[in-house]
This record gives sequence, C-alpha cells and structure tokens, in this order.
Amino acid sequence: MDFGIIVTIFDSALRLSIPLLAACLAGLWSERSGVVDIGLEGKMLVAAFAAAAAAYVFGSAWIGLVFGIFASVAFGLIHGFASISQRGNQIVSGVAINMLAAGLTAIVGNAWYGQGGRTPPLEGDQRFDGLFLGHSALVYVVLLAVPLTWFIMGRTRFGLRLRAVGENPAAVDTAGISVTGLRYSAVVIGGIFCGIGGTYLSVGQAAGFLPNMTAGRGFIALAALIFAKWRAWPALGACFLFGLLDAVANQLQGLFIPGIGEVPVQAIQALPYLMTVILLAGVIGRAIPPRAAGVPYLKER
Amino acid sequence: MSAPIDMPKWADTFLVPAISVAAAFLIAGLVVLSIGENPLTATRYLLQGSLGTGEGLGFTLFYATDFIFVGLAVAVAYHAGLFNIGGEGQATLAGLGIALALNNLTFLPGFLLIPIGIIAAAAFGAAWAAVPGYLQAKRGSHIVITTIMFNWLASVLIVYLLVNVLREPQSMNPETRAFPEGSYIPFMHEMFAAFGIDIPSSQLNLTFVLALISAYLIWLLIYRSRLGYAIRVVGSNPMAAIYAGISPARITIIAMVLSGALAGGLAVNELMGYQHRLLLEFTSGYGFVGIAVALMGRAHPVGIILASLLFGILYQGGAELAFEQPNITRDMVVVIGGIIILFAGALDGLFRRLVAQLLSRPKLAGA
Repeated sequence: MDFGIIVTIFDSALRLSIPLLAACLAGLWSERSGVVDIGLEGKMLVAAFAAAAAAYVFGSAWIGLVFGIFASVAFGLIHGFASISQRGNQIVSGVAINMLAAGLTAIVGNAWYGQGGRTPPLEGDQRFDGLFLGHSALVYVVLLAVPLTWFIMGRTRFGLRLRAVGENPAAVDTAGISVTGLRYSAVVIGGIFCGIGGTYLSVGQAAGFLPNMTAGRGFIALAALIFAKWRAWPALGACFLFGLLDAVANQLQGLFIPGIGEVPVQAIQALPYLMTVILLAGVIGRAIPPRAAGVPYLKER
Repeated sequence: MSAPIDMPKWADTFLVPAISVAAAFLIAGLVVLSIGENPLTATRYLLQGSLGTGEGLGFTLFYATDFIFVGLAVAVAYHAGLFNIGGEGQATLAGLGIALALNNLTFLPGFLLIPIGIIAAAAFGAAWAAVPGYLQAKRGSHIVITTIMFNWLASVLIVYLLVNVLREPQSMNPETRAFPEGSYIPFMHEMFAAFGIDIPSSQLNLTFVLALISAYLIWLLIYRSRLGYAIRVVGSNPMAAIYAGISPARITIIAMVLSGALAGGLAVNELMGYQHRLLLEFTSGYGFVGIAVALMGRAHPVGIILASLLFGILYQGGAELAFEQPNITRDMVVVIGGIIILFAGALDGLFRRLVAQLLSRPKLAGA
C-alpha cells in the first residue's frame, strides 16, 4: 500500500470521526453530570435537518449551523425536562427523542420539499467549504472542543462541580449549589455539540439532508464514550479509531485478498459494537460510568 | 412532591394512560396542522382505512400481532426491572433461526415444520437476548447499552449473511429462497374459507391467535406463578429478593430469555405468516414500537393487547392515509409512537400528579 492511499484513508478517517466526536463529547457532558443520553442520534438528526433547511432558505451555512444547534438544544431540553425536572426514566426519554426525531424530520421534510424527505441540494455558500487542508471550519471547531472540554472538566470550578453532580449530587446540593441548574447546563452544552455534529453531516460532509442520515452514528458515539471511559482526550482517540475502521471498511469494499477471498466489510463494521460489549463485560479493562448517571436527583431523600 | 401519589386504582390504570395518549394525539394533530393538513380529515381517513373495511381490519390485526409480541417482550423484561431495547435485534436473529431451520429441513411435512419454525424463532431470539442478560447479571455491564450494541451487531450480521451466504445464487435481492410451502402459517381468510365462511383476504394469519395465547400465558406467568412473583420482586426490590432467597442474577437471565423468545414472535408473524422468506429489515423498527406499546399498556397483557390494537390501527390507517394525503407519510406513526413513549413513559410522573390533583380537588372543597 503506497503513501497516497494511507493519506487518503487518514483523511477520510478524520472526516468520518468528526460527527462521532461531536456526539461523543455531547454524551460526555451530559453523562458526566448524571444525565444518561441515548438520544444523541435523534438530536444529531434534527440538527442535520434544521441546518440543511435553514442553510437552503438563508443561503448561508453559518445560519444553518445556528438553526441546527437551536433544534438540537430544543430536543435536549425536552430530555432535560423529562429527566431532570420530572425525574422520569432517562432511557425511555432518550428512546422517545430518537423516534420523534426520525419521524418528524421525515414528515416535515416531505411536506416542505416533497422529495421523499430530502432537502434540496445545497451549493456554494450554503455549505461549509474547505478552510484548511481541505477540511471545513466545523472540523476544527469540533477538534478544539476536545482540549476545551478537558480543561473545563478538569481545571475549572464549573467543570469540577459538574462532575461532582454526576457522582454525588447530594453532596453538591449540601454545598448550596443547584443540581438542577448544573444538569440543565450540561444538557444544553450536549445539545450544542450534537447540533454541530448534525450540521456537519448535512451541510459540511454532504450537500443536504437525507432521511435517517445519521445512520447509527449517535450509537457509535455512545460506544466511543464508553471506550473513552467518559474522558475527553480518550474520546478523541476512540472516535478517530472508529472513524478509521469506517474508512478502512470503505476502502476495502469489494477488494479481493488472495487466500481470504473478498473482505467481509461487515466484520470491520461490527468491530465498534463488539469491542464495546467486550469492554463492558470487563474482559479487557473496566468501564465504570459516573456513579449517579441515570439516577434522578430527589432533594428530600 | 416526593410523597407517593395517592389515587384510586382505576384512575392509575385507566385514566392516566388514557390522558397521556389523548395528549399525544393532540400534539400529533398539531403536527398535522402545521404541515397544512386537516387533522380531522386525516383521522377520518385513518379510521376508515383501518377499521372501515374487512380487509383493512385484517391488516390492522396483522400489525397488532407484531406489536403484541414485541410489547410482551418489553413488558416481561420490564417486570424484572430490565429495559430491553434489543427487540429489533432479537427479532432479526429469530428470523435467521426460522430461515435456517425451514430451508434446511424442507423434507419434513408441514405439521412438523410450523412448530419447528416457531421454536427456532423463539430459541434464536432468546439466545440473542440471553447474552446481554448474562452480561448484566454476571459482569455488571448495563443491559441498555449491550442490547443497543446487539441490535447493531444483528443488523450487520444479517446483511453479511444475506448478501454473502444465504442469498440465492441467481437472485440479485439480498433474501433467501422461499420457505417450503408446508411451513406457511395459514392465512385467516383461508382458514375461514375452509369452513365455508367468506372473509376479505389480508395478511392476517393464525399467528394472531398465537399472540393472544402468548398474552394469556404471560399473564399467568407474571401474576399467577412462582417465577412471575420472583420476577416482580427482583424488578421492584433486588435487595428484598436476595433476602427472600431469590437470585436476581438467575431471574435477570430468565426474564431476558423469555423476552427474546417473545420478540421472536414478530419474525414468525412477518416471515412464516406473510413474507415466506428471510429478507432485510423485515423488523421495520417495530421493536421500538414495542416499547411504546408496553409503556402504554402498563406492562399488563390486557393493556398490551389494547395498545397493540391502537398501533395496528395507526399503522394500517397510516398507510391508507399516506395514500390519500401524500403529505402525511407513515412516519407520522413513528412520531405518535415517540410522543406516547415520552408521555406515558418519561413524563409519567407529570401526568399522574396532574390526575391526582384533579381528583383530590373536590375532596378539599368538601372539607
């Protein structure tokens, strides 16, 4: 394999890992504060739709980004209302978010544009163009979010409190800090990241929205989050690894290797899921979620 | 707020779900309105298409069969305190089991093939659920995450097998060859015709009866048997279960095995009852609808049957509606399912408090 192919693979690995990374960081913020979020997929999907529709109407990718983030945060707040204020089941709420997003984007897209749920193709300023080394600004925004997340989580008062809320909310409450406020801010930050990730899909990587275009990326991001053990830098590593697997699978599609036969691309596609199951089973290392993740906080208890 | 919500049992079992479902339809109506269609016209097409004709009713019950199975699957796990979102994957594997069994045993007569197919579906579905159950029970890995991963593993596996291994050599479509004819579960209209009764033909087949029997058996199991009692104890208080000599690990695995086997019923209805071959994506997201059905039906078999009928009406009526009003595609049903999951599941506390307040107000006035 010559150098050119390796560069191509790494380039597309980076491209493919960006939406994963955005969603993974969203999950990191949310779950570190104690709110389990399996609605990453749905939030990315509404963001992708809203961003593509707004970019088309206003002729600007940046306005698309604003709308994408807005839509994703709105869905995040539904999840927040159900799981923080109403102390509902966070998993159930996440499933609802995913279904709502899949259904609504398809219905509204079809009603507005009548192209089977697709938005009209975007061109020119309606898309994010290459800014540096052929990658758009969003790529660098998401990459920068990694050190930023690491710094805020590990070095600032807000970040330390946020993590404390995910481990022992009662202690934080005793110190006179609002558990609800911290968790809502985490959910909103998560919404922003999913918004960026979704916008990247429809306005950066592709030229328009396709129904169900997230295609399970929200769940791979969830896997990456577990892989990274809920930490920022490892999240970058895990997402790049899963992006790389995807890129390699694309590259090997239909390739015939002597002795093995045609490469079973599905085997590579299955790896992220398989590795996550094995990791969770504690066969290699141990992935321990934040202690209060998924548990609604009840002040009186 | 934290005090247990006090209300009569009838209000808790009937009024609360009814109100959350009504609220869900109200919001769905707003969605219809916002895309410039008339919700009342839409409702009329929906009911006309699903209940107005004999054929429509048949299709409604066909879909309801799917939902009864996946709803029961979610409910059994739910009683054990487990959230099984792996219905899609378990049903997919059940489909694989059916195809492997039927297409390798073509020489057997029909009266053997049908039970073998059903058993294969249950066994494969159960096995695919048993692994996450085991991992949760013995290794402490979270059932929600593992069942999600197993859904994706199942979809990757089935694509690989259908494209590379099981596909008919001359066929371009990723699907198996047709099952042996003896293994087809008879259609209802054929059954009735045999007795000289003429009913409109539809996809509805005898699996519907199997679904009703399963619902009754699950009711017996959960509310009338020792195992069901153990399942409910583990679900409501695992510590108490340990002191009562019940092993939560064992119950977790058993509940997941049962749940996976029930999810297999979806494959029986779709493949042995209608498609007569294994094909990609025959589960069509119904595994997730099962969550809505179980939540709406309060994890009780009677509630699940009623909720399944409602979703059957939505799916069949939704198909007719999409035909009449192309703007309202069948995705509308997914939206309604999502809102019902949100209202009857995640926001359950909100609705229960509302109802409790409404009911207690007259009493306060009297005092």
